[in-house]
Amino acid sequence: MTLLGKTAGGLYWMFRYLERSENTARLVEAGQRIALTRSRSDDEWLSVLQTASSLGSYRDKYKAVTKDNAIDWMLRDRDNRSSVLSVVEGARNNARLVRTALTREVWESVNESWMVLKDAMERRVNERDLPAVLTLIRHRAAHVRGAMAGTMLRNDIYNFARIGTFIERADNTARILDVKYYVLLPSAMAVGSSLDNVQWETILRSVSAEGGFRLTYGQTIRPREIAQFLILDKRMPRSLAFCAEKLTDNLGYLCAGYGSRSRAAELTEALVAGRLAQPIDTIFESGLHEFIQDFLHDIGVIGAQCEVDYRHNE
Amino acid sequence: MWGHATGQNQAQDGQAQSQTGYQGLRAPYAAFDDWLRAENPARLRRKQQEAEEIFRLTGITFNVYGRAEAAERLIPFDIIPRIIGGREWGRLAKGIEQRVRAINAFLHDIYHRQEIIRAGRLPVEMVARNAAFLPQMVGVSPPGGVFTHIVGIDLVRTGEDNFYVLEDNARTPSGVSYMLENRETMLQMFPELFSRNRVQPVSHYPKALHRSLAACAPAATRGDPVVAVLTPGIFNSAYYEHSFLADKMGIELVEGHDLRVVDGRVAMRTTQGYQPIDVLYRRVDDDFLDPMNFNPDSALGIPGIFDVYRAGGITIANAPGTGIADDKAIYSYMPDIVEFYTGEQAILQNVPTWRCSEADALSHVLDNLADLVVKEVHGSGGYGMLIGPTSSKRELAEFRDKLCAKPDNYIAQPTLALSTVPIFTNAGLAPRHVDLRPYVLVSPEGVTITPGGLTRVALKKGSLVVNSSQGGGTKDTWVLDE
Repeated sequence: MTLLGKTAGGLYWMFRYLERSENTARLVEAGQRIALTRSRSDDEWLSVLQTASSLGSYRDKYKAVTKDNAIDWMLRDRDNRSSVLSVVEGARNNARLVRTALTREVWESVNESWMVLKDAMERRVNERDLPAVLTLIRHRAAHVRGAMAGTMLRNDIYNFARIGTFIERADNTARILDVKYYVLLPSAMAVGSSLDNVQWETILRSVSAEGGFRLTYGQTIRPREIAQFLILDKRMPRSLAFCAEKLTDNLGYLCAGYGSRSRAAELTEALVAGRLAQPIDTIFESGLHEFIQDFLHDIGVIGAQCEVDYRHNE
Repeated sequence: MWGHATGQNQAQDGQAQSQTGYQGLRAPYAAFDDWLRAENPARLRRKQQEAEEIFRLTGITFNVYGRAEAAERLIPFDIIPRIIGGREWGRLAKGIEQRVRAINAFLHDIYHRQEIIRAGRLPVEMVARNAAFLPQMVGVSPPGGVFTHIVGIDLVRTGEDNFYVLEDNARTPSGVSYMLENRETMLQMFPELFSRNRVQPVSHYPKALHRSLAACAPAATRGDPVVAVLTPGIFNSAYYEHSFLADKMGIELVEGHDLRVVDGRVAMRTTQGYQPIDVLYRRVDDDFLDPMNFNPDSALGIPGIFDVYRAGGITIANAPGTGIADDKAIYSYMPDIVEFYTGEQAILQNVPTWRCSEADALSHVLDNLADLVVKEVHGSGGYGMLIGPTSSKRELAEFRDKLCAKPDNYIAQPTLALSTVPIFTNAGLAPRHVDLRPYVLVSPEGVTITPGGLTRVALKKGSLVVNSSQGGGTKDTWVLDE
């Protein structure tokens, strides 16, 4: 069975967008959480916008960073190409493009997500409805994932979808760390300060990792362990190491299925065997910020290489 | 669609009389009517809504040109099936097969020796001066000798066993996905109806289409023919149908930019390199097929595909240039065309047609404008036509000017006494006008006609226009076992 290069590209982007919709909802959730527990929260919305890489375009539209505008920008603004509505529509358009590669269940799930979310976010979401809307976004993403896991063949189509998912997820977790890295540094560590505690919790919350962290490390939150957990722990499904390992797997399955090695697979293996094989202390010693910057660069290169290797575009 | 008898009561298919009952009901509806009488109208109203939800979820939408990209619309679906008896269908199918065979023979002839013109049965200017005639096709013999692989014949009924052909669609007839999804929806909503009525299935259509296309593969084919559907893209009004058919046939859905000519073959860009295509079921117009051979401004086509086609490297379905056969001016010659190529009288009737290019006909049309339907020769979709009986004095006067300015551009036909079928409304059942488009497949293995087809219905009371772009809807169409 053949797969069009365009279709592989459409699948990749469809699943990047779906992953992004969920991640954006989580970022807003974490931001809102801080806003409710601290009096001055506008700084936090600034860092949420930074994490989503859309502070610049936000400022083209609004002068000041306020909670209401930031939430609206992140959830439903069409000028924001990464707002939840924009990416859900992007996912759905890509799903239409690759309709023949999807099962009816996956297509209907994506199409329904688009209809339901467009409806729920037709107007500005007021504070009272925000928790329900954020939950709906996560539920819809889970629904598509479920349809995918339960009905799709494990072939190249599935692998391209997974590659999109894990590139996006790795990128997202790394961006969260990139914006907050300074609260994880030993030098900045004001032990037990309530300010840092809130920041640490926010980081974990942004990747839905509070529960997993507690199970692994108990009640006390230490920045070194947060870094270990989110960067290197292969049990944690949003960690950099987990995503990179999944990428290695899916790119590897593609190589095996097609009977030829790809450059993207080699780059990913090098990332896993190199940068991600270092212990956390070494990472801290040689610079957490630089490490994250390098990782973001590597992930971008792998995504672009995948497009070239598998002829997503002419 | 058009055709209307002013002030007459038509009751051939069944006319709504009260909440549940009809009078003048045709025999095939008997079992359905028993079921309907026992149904609770509130449940039916719920079912009507449920149908809409199913369509929305499945994404069976069409895009409306000239509107925002978000403007995807549903074609309204009516839950009351249109029912045709098996015997009646058998006769109709014979007529359709005869007509389609004649159309294919005509196309071959018109691009080769033009015997029909030599025999004096068709004036030479009908071809020579016709924009739908494609000079690039002269002398081309498509693989398997098939020009129109997929044909849709638009029919209306005026009485028992009395069908007229309104229009032949020999280019890229659309709507077959609605035929299939309408049936799926009915099966899902009213399974009990299908245990009570022996309805001939339609679900094999995609398989038959694939087989029919594959049977027309060119000589260059190695191994199993590779078939693909060519779409203009996701913003085309019929994109849903393109992806639906590709999905059901299990083949690739390609756009122009997925294809290029490689080593004398048309090939698609896959994740593992370029792979040749043998048969291309194209859903783009001739003009947008090949910027090198046709419209140089087209961004949609595949440069050089027509050269590959002429050299026998690919089958294009339908063949370029088939528009000459469904042109409305040629339509008026169809009875002669059928007779010329089959040696038989045409089984299906043609609507009498005045060609406004002829002086006598034009003066007749101008004298009787208020009673006639006037159409553009190359028009489609119900646009740019005049329905005399329902037009105002001003509309008639305006159209008269257009007609006189460019008579060659128009044909005129009388209004017909069309039958109606019931639709479900909040106030109970109500009669509406319908047409029927059966889908016909042609290959060297033979002609395949799916029982039934797409019934389009004018939802507005008294309206004669069934086009979806003009507020028409669709129904499931049943052909009962004999």
